[in-house]
Amino acid sequence: MIEFLNSIQNSLIYKNFFLVLSGLDNTILLLLISLPLGFVLALLFALGRVSKITLLSRTIASYIFVIRGTPLLVQIYLIYFGLGSVKFIRESFLWYALKDPFWCGVIALTINTVAYGAEIFRGGIQSIEKSQIESGLSLGFGKFLLLRKIILPIAIRKVLPSYGNELILMVKATSLVSLTTYMEMTGIARKIMAKTFAPVEAFIAAGILYLFLNFLMVQFVKYLEWKYNPHLRLNN
Amino acid sequence: MFKFEKLVFGDSGWGDEFLIATLMTLLVSILSMGLGLFLAIITVWAKIIQNRIARFIANFYTTVIRGVPELLVIYLIFFGGNAVVMGIAKVFGYNKYIELNALTIATIAIAIISATYSSEVLRASYLAISKGQLEAARALGMNKFSIFFKVISPQVIRHALPGIGNVWQITLKDTSLISVTGLVEIMRQSRISSNVEHSPLTFLITAAILYLCLTTISGRVFKTLEVNYSRGFST
Repeated sequence: MIEFLNSIQNSLIYKNFFLVLSGLDNTILLLLISLPLGFVLALLFALGRVSKITLLSRTIASYIFVIRGTPLLVQIYLIYFGLGSVKFIRESFLWYALKDPFWCGVIALTINTVAYGAEIFRGGIQSIEKSQIESGLSLGFGKFLLLRKIILPIAIRKVLPSYGNELILMVKATSLVSLTTYMEMTGIARKIMAKTFAPVEAFIAAGILYLFLNFLMVQFVKYLEWKYNPHLRLNN
Repeated sequence: MFKFEKLVFGDSGWGDEFLIATLMTLLVSILSMGLGLFLAIITVWAKIIQNRIARFIANFYTTVIRGVPELLVIYLIFFGGNAVVMGIAKVFGYNKYIELNALTIATIAIAIISATYSSEVLRASYLAISKGQLEAARALGMNKFSIFFKVISPQVIRHALPGIGNVWQITLKDTSLISVTGLVEIMRQSRISSNVEHSPLTFLITAAILYLCLTTISGRVFKTLEVNYSRGFST
């Protein structure tokens, strides 16, 4: 038995697991900033997208078109390598953020998720029945109150499943930030691979951690769905 | 800052290199989409037949691949794929060193990712076919093959086209990750060019525009196909 435990402890996959685990906080840090920021901005962008101001709506529509039509990798490279090569950006205050791969990653992930999120929320806002808005208006709700009490709660809970999908895609997308020398889980797994020439062991360790992270995300979204859709619960 | 004059065709510019790279991106996308659809059909079949082991394997495959970053899958197949192929070859008594070329690895890796998405789309559209139709086909004495080709596939194609269009866009964008394996497609080409010319902004914007063109044009193609396949149905 002890021999067996020892052999597990000496196995590459066990050692790698803890090495990769040390990159988990960096992955989570990326998500902790870009997801809430992306959520708020996506809501604002969705409202702008459905607004009657044509210029605003058109601008946001083309922003969404460009971001959704290009790979995230291009966006990350554009921000990390592209913007860093411009002289006046290097001399401005922006350089404090852009010289750090972490902040480049956060900016790129946020820009990306805002485009997808805004499109999801737009669907939610546009699917609200007119009668609900009319009843709000007949109760004398102002524009802001209508937004806060009727439009946003209904829209958000309606699109929770698809927004949950987007959240999982974001968890997976953090792995791309490793290509800008930022050492999160994929970056560490890549480094272990280069050192030990044992690709399967290194990447399986990282894969298990990503699966776990996504499992937590799924449970979180399920909980939100349960909490904010009381009328859909089977037994209450 | 910008060196767009470097994008001319010929020896002094990168235009022709980018054209070849774009074709490479398209080639990888089409090959892996095709292989992915084939894998997806097998996966769906494994999910709908009444066999626990087959269903477990299929579910395990789609859950794991969809829960793990694409980059990780590509790394795993790029660095670990050779060992697997050589292991299989050893079983058949072939002991020499085998190296898969970058295109094969890229196609297999992207196909494995793309198949998980396609399989969900195909499964949903298979389930959308009403049971009565299958029963009617069986009552007419059609065998399994003609049921598949004359009843199931035409309807699955119609139901699945919008979803398959989405999967195609995802696959097209996922090919950019293949650049880490050294295959020269748009992303890799833009990195090479910007390293030579010291102007990353130019070539990365070029790459972005090329991807945008590819996604937009193929989006149009899928729209046309959808209209074509839903003739006679009010949409």
